[in-house]
Amino acid sequence: MKVVAKTANEAMAEAMRQINPDVVAAYPITPATEIVQIFSSFVHDGLVDTEFIAVESEHSAMSACIGAAAAGARVMTSTSSQGLALMDEVLYIAAALRLPIVICEINRALSAPINIHCDHSDTMNVRDSGWIQIYAEDSQEAYDSVIQAMKIAEEAFLPAMVTADGFILSHAMQRIDMLEDEEVQAFIGEHKSPYNLLDIYNPITIGPLDLQDYFFEHKRQEADAMMKAPEVIKKVADEFGQKFGRKYGLVEEYRLDDAEYAIVVIGSTAGTAKDTVDMMRDKGHKVGLLRIRVFRPFPAEEIVKALKNVRVVGVMDRADGVNAYGGPVFMEVRAALYEEEKKPDVYSFVYGLGGRDVKPVDIERVFQMIMDADKGKKIDRLNYIGVRE
Amino acid sequence: MKETWKELPIGAIIKEPGSSKRFETGDWRTERPVLDPEKCIHCMFCWIYCPDSSIKVENGKMEGFLYEYCKGCGICADVCPTKAITMVREEV
Repeated sequence: MKVVAKTANEAMAEAMRQINPDVVAAYPITPATEIVQIFSSFVHDGLVDTEFIAVESEHSAMSACIGAAAAGARVMTSTSSQGLALMDEVLYIAAALRLPIVICEINRALSAPINIHCDHSDTMNVRDSGWIQIYAEDSQEAYDSVIQAMKIAEEAFLPAMVTADGFILSHAMQRIDMLEDEEVQAFIGEHKSPYNLLDIYNPITIGPLDLQDYFFEHKRQEADAMMKAPEVIKKVADEFGQKFGRKYGLVEEYRLDDAEYAIVVIGSTAGTAKDTVDMMRDKGHKVGLLRIRVFRPFPAEEIVKALKNVRVVGVMDRADGVNAYGGPVFMEVRAALYEEEKKPDVYSFVYGLGGRDVKPVDIERVFQMIMDADKGKKIDRLNYIGVRE
Repeated sequence: MKETWKELPIGAIIKEPGSSKRFETGDWRTERPVLDPEKCIHCMFCWIYCPDSSIKVENGKMEGFLYEYCKGCGICADVCPTKAITMVREEV
């Protein structure tokens, strides 16, 4: 173990180097450009054995990744925002073909208007594509999660994306505990493929037409893999925690035990929110935080367990549903709580679009609003925080 | 009985080469061609025009249709010079 100062981009590139994938096919995009730029220098310097494929678009990047993974290779790539959107149709194919590809994703707002800063509209756009989604709170977690994701993907035979907030994490230097190369290799183990297109002794057909008589069964099978994925994710995280001391779960509870009011966040905002919770606790408010680390598969059981005894919950979404009934995290958290006899009142707060800074005062305002609502003040179900009204 | 989702191979792959031979594509036909052998002169017009190779030919003779693949387009009946082929409605 060595301590280094790295941005999330640098840390994720180092994780890729230590994983040493067989194939990386990638196209640069701000703010994730550095990941593959740094990785390509590792390829040039002979530090990895990777076949680096420079493609002309993200659509081609993911297509090349799928071909390589189907041929039995360990495969990774990196992208952000419009790049992930351009990969969209191929992401579904990677998932349905059950190929264990890992994307190092940096969260950035989708156009228009064009913007390069953080929000979660890019990964929320592909939340139902069949990919595992892990949202990192900081660069350390981004690094650790990339290593875990490779192992999770190869055990669940599902692709996985690890995301870190654009610029807030991707370009901010942080203290990182890096594992030794051998430790990473020992942890991820031998590469596992669901099948191998190049196995000439067991020829297979991939991607044939699948009509009314089989398509539904194949999608049901894919859903089953996702339903079983939480166990794999927890098992890999436990093994990681035991070996290296840093523990991760599907969700993270912060001062929730006796909390009456809670907010739910994903990504780097959790850091600011934890400080805010501490500040408000000092003032005597019974507040807490739930951070969803793994959004896909959706950890409904853990969320219900964490929130069912809270009085009011504010779900903070860094992506808008535009005209959906609240942000995506709000909708699913509220739906998960629906069957509970005793459940909190849940409100939606969309914030931080296009990198709009979220400060402790903004989070305090969310807490204040849900506390007011509890005291009988009527507030809107769907709210925007930090926008000029 | 076709396989359940629990029995199928992972990732919608097909493990058996050439299995598409067993995939019968004639099941969306609404009309089927029927041959009157008395009128057929074995000119092979139907065989030339059939877009789906669904005319059965043995020893140079027109012997009927491959209903597993025939889509019921009716081109054979249309081109037949002796009106030996009629299209009959498929009943469920």
